[in-house]
Amino acid sequence: MKDTSLRQYIELYRSQREILDAASPEAVRRLRPRALSALEALGRLPRKGDEGYVRTSLEDMFAPDFGVNLQRICFEADLAETFRCDVPKVSTLLGVILNDIYRPTATLQVQLPEGVTLCTFAEAAVRCPEVLRDYLGSVADMAGDAATALNTLLLQDGLLLHVSEGVKLDRPIQLVSLFNAPLPMLAIRRLLVVMEPDSEARLLLCDHSRDTGHSYLGSQVIEAVVGRNAGLDIYEIEEANTLTSRVSRLYARQLDGSRLTVNGTTLSGGVTRNDYIIDVDGDRCDTRLAGMVTGIGGQSSDNATVVRHHGSHCHSEQLFKYVLSDEAAGAFEGLIVVDEGAVKTEAFQTNRNLLASSGARMHTRPQLLIYCDDVKCSHGATTGQLDERALFYMRSRGIPEGEARLMLMQAFMADVIDTITLDGLRDRLRHLVERRLCGSDAICGDCGLKKQ
Amino acid sequence: MSMNDILLEVNDLHAGIEGKEILKGINLTIRPGEVHAIMGPNGSGKSTLSGVLAGDPRFTVTSGSACFHGVDLLSLSPENRSHEGLFLSFQYPVEIPGVSMVNFMRAAVNAKRKYFNEAPLSAGDFLKLMRQKRAVVELDNKLASRSVNEGFSGGEKKRNEIFQMAVLEPRLSILDETDSGLDIDALRIVASGVNKLKTDHNATIVITHYQRLLDYIRPDFVHILYKGRIVYSGGSELALELEEKGYDWIKEQVDGQEQS
Repeated sequence: MKDTSLRQYIELYRSQREILDAASPEAVRRLRPRALSALEALGRLPRKGDEGYVRTSLEDMFAPDFGVNLQRICFEADLAETFRCDVPKVSTLLGVILNDIYRPTATLQVQLPEGVTLCTFAEAAVRCPEVLRDYLGSVADMAGDAATALNTLLLQDGLLLHVSEGVKLDRPIQLVSLFNAPLPMLAIRRLLVVMEPDSEARLLLCDHSRDTGHSYLGSQVIEAVVGRNAGLDIYEIEEANTLTSRVSRLYARQLDGSRLTVNGTTLSGGVTRNDYIIDVDGDRCDTRLAGMVTGIGGQSSDNATVVRHHGSHCHSEQLFKYVLSDEAAGAFEGLIVVDEGAVKTEAFQTNRNLLASSGARMHTRPQLLIYCDDVKCSHGATTGQLDERALFYMRSRGIPEGEARLMLMQAFMADVIDTITLDGLRDRLRHLVERRLCGSDAICGDCGLKKQ
Repeated sequence: MSMNDILLEVNDLHAGIEGKEILKGINLTIRPGEVHAIMGPNGSGKSTLSGVLAGDPRFTVTSGSACFHGVDLLSLSPENRSHEGLFLSFQYPVEIPGVSMVNFMRAAVNAKRKYFNEAPLSAGDFLKLMRQKRAVVELDNKLASRSVNEGFSGGEKKRNEIFQMAVLEPRLSILDETDSGLDIDALRIVASGVNKLKTDHNATIVITHYQRLLDYIRPDFVHILYKGRIVYSGGSELALELEEKGYDWIKEQVDGQEQS
């Protein structure tokens, strides 16, 4: 483990273990030996060129001397002043994760319906220790995954969303992760979602950073268990500055008859690596996984998916689209695995990319592994430029070239945006994508972050 | 505008694609109120001529000029040619998934208004305009909510072209093989739409391989394009002659002259 960026974190863990553990509930602490042995076995974080890492080097991303918030210091920001992340016409229950510390709004505490728990792990260890113990670490597999193991090794506190059996949340829960620290910082973020049978919830996760001149790295692991006939929608929007990078893993396990929608939008950021690992364990499940990237400047955006079908009669769809301009780089690696016994599986995967400049680069690798006969599966990937015929057709009708290009790029993203079932959010994203495609910052709502 | 005004004057126009010269000296004069048919065998340069006039970036003009009511047409972008009153009805209208007909037409109409320093149309006025113009070619309202040309039948695509022409009210329309892929009923609707839009102030160029369309849209002049030049011009009777005798006699005449 010489000269790897992983070493500094392992040394940090070894020297600060008592401080780390002091702020961690037992359900977190007991995962650490496994995390440590996984990391020691791997020796280092994935580098560019490793299997599945054509564009992104986690070694490089974790290499800077980031501060880790072992003392649980909250760098308060006046949220009302700097942050109004409104989605018009969508009334959400809002909570903020300030660097790595959860701050619920007063209204959220009051308005959470009965049967819904949203609290820190520390609080959960008191209120519902069995939920934390049973599920934390049960979906996110650390063996062979250095990013998840490292997140677990340094994890002190996270956030639990538990929705009881039969409870259907009308209002979406919005969690805004915000970087605002007076030094370069690595934030360890963790979210555990437990959907009991027949429950429903929608989560809107927004990533932002305040322009402080410091670089930030978010290490995020989301674990979700979607119980029998439960429904979970997760919408992620990353709109951060170029100094902010993100390594995110979303793990989900679906039980019989459950529905899962995940839609990840990368509007802006520095280096982004998102992994979506979905285990469809139950029968008759529905899985919709979608993502879009609007890359400009030197942005690097990397999505990797694994959808494993174990149960029978399930349907999964993956749709990822990228529009890359300037020198932006993108990567997509998607994998569908259909296990033996997963009969009548329907699994589809599409990745389409538009390179709007000669300097933009895209790597795509769709993969299918099918171990079962009676299935319908397809995958497809295309990377190209704007349709010159369509462009001329529009111009011949008087539509100026710039506007025609924008309309075509927006049209390209339309079907990804249409996978969003929250009407107000869909309209909002349409607008944000348009702004981003115009080359300007896609500032969410009235958010004042960019105006500092 | 008197009959002596010239709407389009093309002078010794040479143009090509990827270094290959296709148009080898086109001369053409069009006055308001006139309908010109340009006919010719396959590969004679008919679609190149329409593309060059509309500003298709695939083609390169090497020499010559085109003066459009006093404006240097060839120096204008495709969008400004449209604003100045040129319209090309495409032989193969392009499908644009994800762009609705309504948004497409609104962008087109308002871009033209902006060019002439006019305020954008209100939503109500725009819809009224769409309704009026749809009637010209009996275009189904349902098509308006669909993506541009996506999933349209051949006839619907061509009717959609004439609908756009009706909305944009061009001074010069170029109909490139508008009859191709049309059954007789669709042909009649499209032709009747074109005739309804005809005034003393605008002009039409009908590019066609067959005489069939000219039964419905009567040309004042017929030009025969062959090997990148207009080799023969006449009245509407020339179209009938071509229908009867084919293009071979023209080819023989021109090829014979080239050899001597």
